[in-house]
Amino acid sequence: MAAPKGSVLVVGGGIAGVQAALDLANSGFYVHLVESTAAIGGRMAQLDKTFPTNDCSACILSPKLVECGRHLNINLLTLSDVESVEGEPGAFRVVVRQRPRYVDTEKCLACGTCAEKCPKKVPDDFNLGLGKRKAVYLRFPQAVPLKYAIDPEYCIYINKPGRCGMCAKVCPTGAINLEDTEKKHVLDVGAVILAPGFSAFDPSVLDYTGYGRFPNVVTSMDFERLLSPSGPTEGHLQRPSDKKEPKRIAWLQCIGSRDINRACHGYCSSVCCMYAIKQAVIAREHAGKDVSADIFYMDMRTHGKEFEAYYNRASDEGIAFHRARVHTVSPAADGDLVLRYADEQGRVREEEFDMVVLSVGLELDSRALDLAGRLGVALDADNFIATDTFRPVVTNRPGVYVCGAASEPKDIPQSVMEASAAALEAQRLLHGARWQETRTKEFPPERDVHAEPPRIGVFVCHCGINIAGVVDVKDVTEYAKGLPGVVIAQDNLFTCSQDTIDQMAKTIREHGLNRVVVASCTPRTHEPLFQETLREAGINKFLFEMANIRDQDSWVHQNQPEQATKKAKDLVRMAVAKVARKQPLPYNSVPVFKSALVVGAGVAGMSAALSLADQGFPVTLVERKDRLGGHAVKFYRTWQGAEVKPFLENLSRQVLSHENINVRFGVTVSDVEGSVGRFHTTLSDGSALDHGVAILAVGAESYKPGKGTFARDASSPWGRETFFHGARPDVYTLLELDQVFIKDPSSLSGANQAVFIHCVGSRIPERPYCSRVCCTHAIDQALKLKELNPDMDVIMLYRDIRTYGQREKLYQEARAKGILFVRYDLDHLPKVGEEGGGLVVQAHDPVLDMDVRFNPDFLVLASAVRPRDDVGGLAKLFKCALSEDNFMLEAHMKLRPVDFATDGVYLAGLCHYPKPMDEAIAQAQAAAARAATVLSRDEVPAESVTAEVDTRKCTGCGVCVRICPYHAVSPDPALRVAVVDTGLCKGCGACVAGCRSDAITLKNMGNEQILAAVDAAMEE
Amino acid sequence: METKKWEPRIVAFLCNWCSYAGADLAGVSRYQYPPSLRIIRVPCSGRVSANMVLDALKSGADGVLVSGCHPGDCHYISGNMYARRRLALLKSLLEFIGIEPERFNVSWISASEGKQFAEVAREVTEKVRALGPARHLVKDF
Repeated sequence: MAAPKGSVLVVGGGIAGVQAALDLANSGFYVHLVESTAAIGGRMAQLDKTFPTNDCSACILSPKLVECGRHLNINLLTLSDVESVEGEPGAFRVVVRQRPRYVDTEKCLACGTCAEKCPKKVPDDFNLGLGKRKAVYLRFPQAVPLKYAIDPEYCIYINKPGRCGMCAKVCPTGAINLEDTEKKHVLDVGAVILAPGFSAFDPSVLDYTGYGRFPNVVTSMDFERLLSPSGPTEGHLQRPSDKKEPKRIAWLQCIGSRDINRACHGYCSSVCCMYAIKQAVIAREHAGKDVSADIFYMDMRTHGKEFEAYYNRASDEGIAFHRARVHTVSPAADGDLVLRYADEQGRVREEEFDMVVLSVGLELDSRALDLAGRLGVALDADNFIATDTFRPVVTNRPGVYVCGAASEPKDIPQSVMEASAAALEAQRLLHGARWQETRTKEFPPERDVHAEPPRIGVFVCHCGINIAGVVDVKDVTEYAKGLPGVVIAQDNLFTCSQDTIDQMAKTIREHGLNRVVVASCTPRTHEPLFQETLREAGINKFLFEMANIRDQDSWVHQNQPEQATKKAKDLVRMAVAKVARKQPLPYNSVPVFKSALVVGAGVAGMSAALSLADQGFPVTLVERKDRLGGHAVKFYRTWQGAEVKPFLENLSRQVLSHENINVRFGVTVSDVEGSVGRFHTTLSDGSALDHGVAILAVGAESYKPGKGTFARDASSPWGRETFFHGARPDVYTLLELDQVFIKDPSSLSGANQAVFIHCVGSRIPERPYCSRVCCTHAIDQALKLKELNPDMDVIMLYRDIRTYGQREKLYQEARAKGILFVRYDLDHLPKVGEEGGGLVVQAHDPVLDMDVRFNPDFLVLASAVRPRDDVGGLAKLFKCALSEDNFMLEAHMKLRPVDFATDGVYLAGLCHYPKPMDEAIAQAQAAAARAATVLSRDEVPAESVTAEVDTRKCTGCGVCVRICPYHAVSPDPALRVAVVDTGLCKGCGACVAGCRSDAITLKNMGNEQILAAVDAAMEE
Repeated sequence: METKKWEPRIVAFLCNWCSYAGADLAGVSRYQYPPSLRIIRVPCSGRVSANMVLDALKSGADGVLVSGCHPGDCHYISGNMYARRRLALLKSLLEFIGIEPERFNVSWISASEGKQFAEVAREVTEKVRALGPARHLVKDF
């Protein structure tokens, strides 16, 4: 391959595409992000809340979208589709067609005047047609780019040129271009990442659901919009037919999933059980606890981190779970609906509801299907993009990778992990071209303003009519001119427009300003933009303050213009008083040691190490044992049917022979100092190393019932049950049975009967989580037993079968092959005994409502995956946290699934949560991609607003040392004062408020600045 | 028509990550509340010291509101926990020196709770309005 290109094409602007784009752009690659709608955000932007944390979806997504939109090295192509990809890995030529937006994004300020005046009301596709928007529209309030677009399908002018054109007449900046045309872009890239996402299953083909016929039958996506504050009902829960608040809501699971007969989708969609529970919880939050919420399901699949606890909580709060598949939805009086279903005992029941939500499954979007066809990317039997067990984001076409729900239905964290993993694969291919096509912003040198008295410029924004419609902006501007230190005050129609920004930089230079106040909207969105302007004008960006006279003034006092104007003056006065006392701050950064420490040499640790080493970064791989492979050496095959041993041998060989990997056997981490970019770690043999990042992949353990760790809690429903494990040779755990499959499978061929017990040690009060992997593993083993001896009776004693995603096909196969499934619950536990030298297993069959007895030749225990006991010590060394279940706790459960809250430390594999091998590999690659965002740089930025100790006042009491959540403050033993490590300090100020001697302050956020604002607030 | 009634002045210290964002969302959603608050953005409710609250009352504020992320949701891991303890102590101190407890308010408002922010603003304003101007700590020369 000739020198590869240093840019990457990412197709799809949902959360997966956005994450992949950010990871690549932040580690030295130029990204073209192609999105088919008018704004990035994808499905996640349409969700109301996310499980299991109930975070507001748009709120947590929005910062990522903004970062993407502002990134110098991401070229956002909205309203665009990929037409073709020619060439080979490292050098692809891509043709992209961009449909006309009819709005000039350089000029559009998103003031909304066009949409206000547009006479054409059309169904809002973002709200799935539940509400209306105009023909000129913003896709959603937090849209990136925050620019309007004209829908050519509905626009009056475009359909009948010469008519209307109102938007062009009212646009204050002349941004409307009704003669806009399609553009063709030809891009040269080194790699392609596909993240086209999913479509929700359309249930109108399922007649029994009544969807499309009865207005109060909605899909789960519809319901998300009905719950959302930015949705058609502004978050007021109303049913479509009569706007009545529903009091009885039913969710029907598996609509378009696990249904080969009617929906043609055999697979499980993985996410619907959790989102249904979430919707039920949130619906009751919105409409009151007297709302009855009933979920009709087949198996409750809450197999992710903290999911089972969420399920238990919902159940305790009174959400009703019915194990039944509804066969008819029929209309009742007043728009109500009657559900007819058979309960578990086979009795037919009828129940009435106000509203029915169909938990629709996920399928590959039809446009993505076409795209895959155009690109020559292979699909699997379920029409998802096909991938390999051991290379989970690699497609059949070299140089083309896939992430997110396009390769299998999956939730947000899994999509984010795969997105980072796909970014990693692209980097592995293109690392030679890192920083070759990226751009860096250059700023002029900064003027030293220390010795100057404050010369403050105040810029007051009209924000169209958003502010000026309520606040007398001219009056505020005149008032600002008289404030101490102010040398110039101006008002602008839109302060954030490009021409005003340029003008502001000019004004700063011409008037020799050394402090700037912008009175406009919120600093949370606009501070970075104005701060950049200060830098462009040659002054330090921290000499800046905003007065929020829109979001916190004109918008909330719309009927009190006089008071709002007075408040605006107060806010400007406060900002002026504060900024006058601000000082230039350094742009802190920390130099980076370009090497990594990976702890744990299982599949995850080895995959992570190789992922970094292949890009040229030296890696030290630390393993406490004297061999590679971790638990994977005990595995027979993956759920896709691939044998683990050859893969593991190959992986180990690569690791041991890699010039950039130094494997250290028989040692553990004993001490860690420093922070991102410059860790200094001591190992148990006394040796030490410097490294820029760390990846923790220490794995987990298999729970062994016979080893007595089970019943520490006397209230455990299983009591001290050991199932004779360890005492009898015919009782196996799953991994022990895998050993037999590897070494001597024929020894099992003679057996007549095998019994599996699921959830041994999982989903019980002392270990409430689901171990995720055991259902699939056990069923695959049952199938293997059927391969060995088709006449063998295999009985599975289970609670819920959780063969999520495409694993469902194993469950279908098992049923087809006559494997018997008998459900048990915590009130009817299976009992294991001995009888005539053999085993006897007794269970209660809930369908027959009677006890059944088995005399198996052997018993298999699908035992839990449990966290390692020593994981807490390692986490503490790296200042990382553990979850309630003692797995390692990521920085954010949804959007930062491989980062720790501590910068520069990442996690992968089973120390995070139980997971199958393909997911562990993807997570390891994701961790490596995140690590590469640090290792690819010479230095990493650090917080500038940091704490500072006045050593003359410090008494060395140590309160700040104990308060600091980041361990950034430490005592200096010689001087007996506190010392702040600015590389660790995040600028929260907890130490400042805690200091007894007023000896510690936060730069530019000290008492001096804050009290000046307080005092100014109270001046008249 | 604007009604002329006495409008109390309340200094509100809001954490950047939750409550300040909640106040923004109240605006985005156009929830109306009385124009009594003078909001000061702080990185974290854990940054708010007794000094800052007392200074506000000394400068003539009729009430003070401190608001942060919900306990457990702190952007800085544990800052709001310190705030909660510290401000509870401060509240009893203020009561001890004769300041009506209704003048000093602490709330937890997330970035998604615009409506709740407007409600808290209204509630706090009405409580303080009922008490009239606060002159306890103000020096009159």
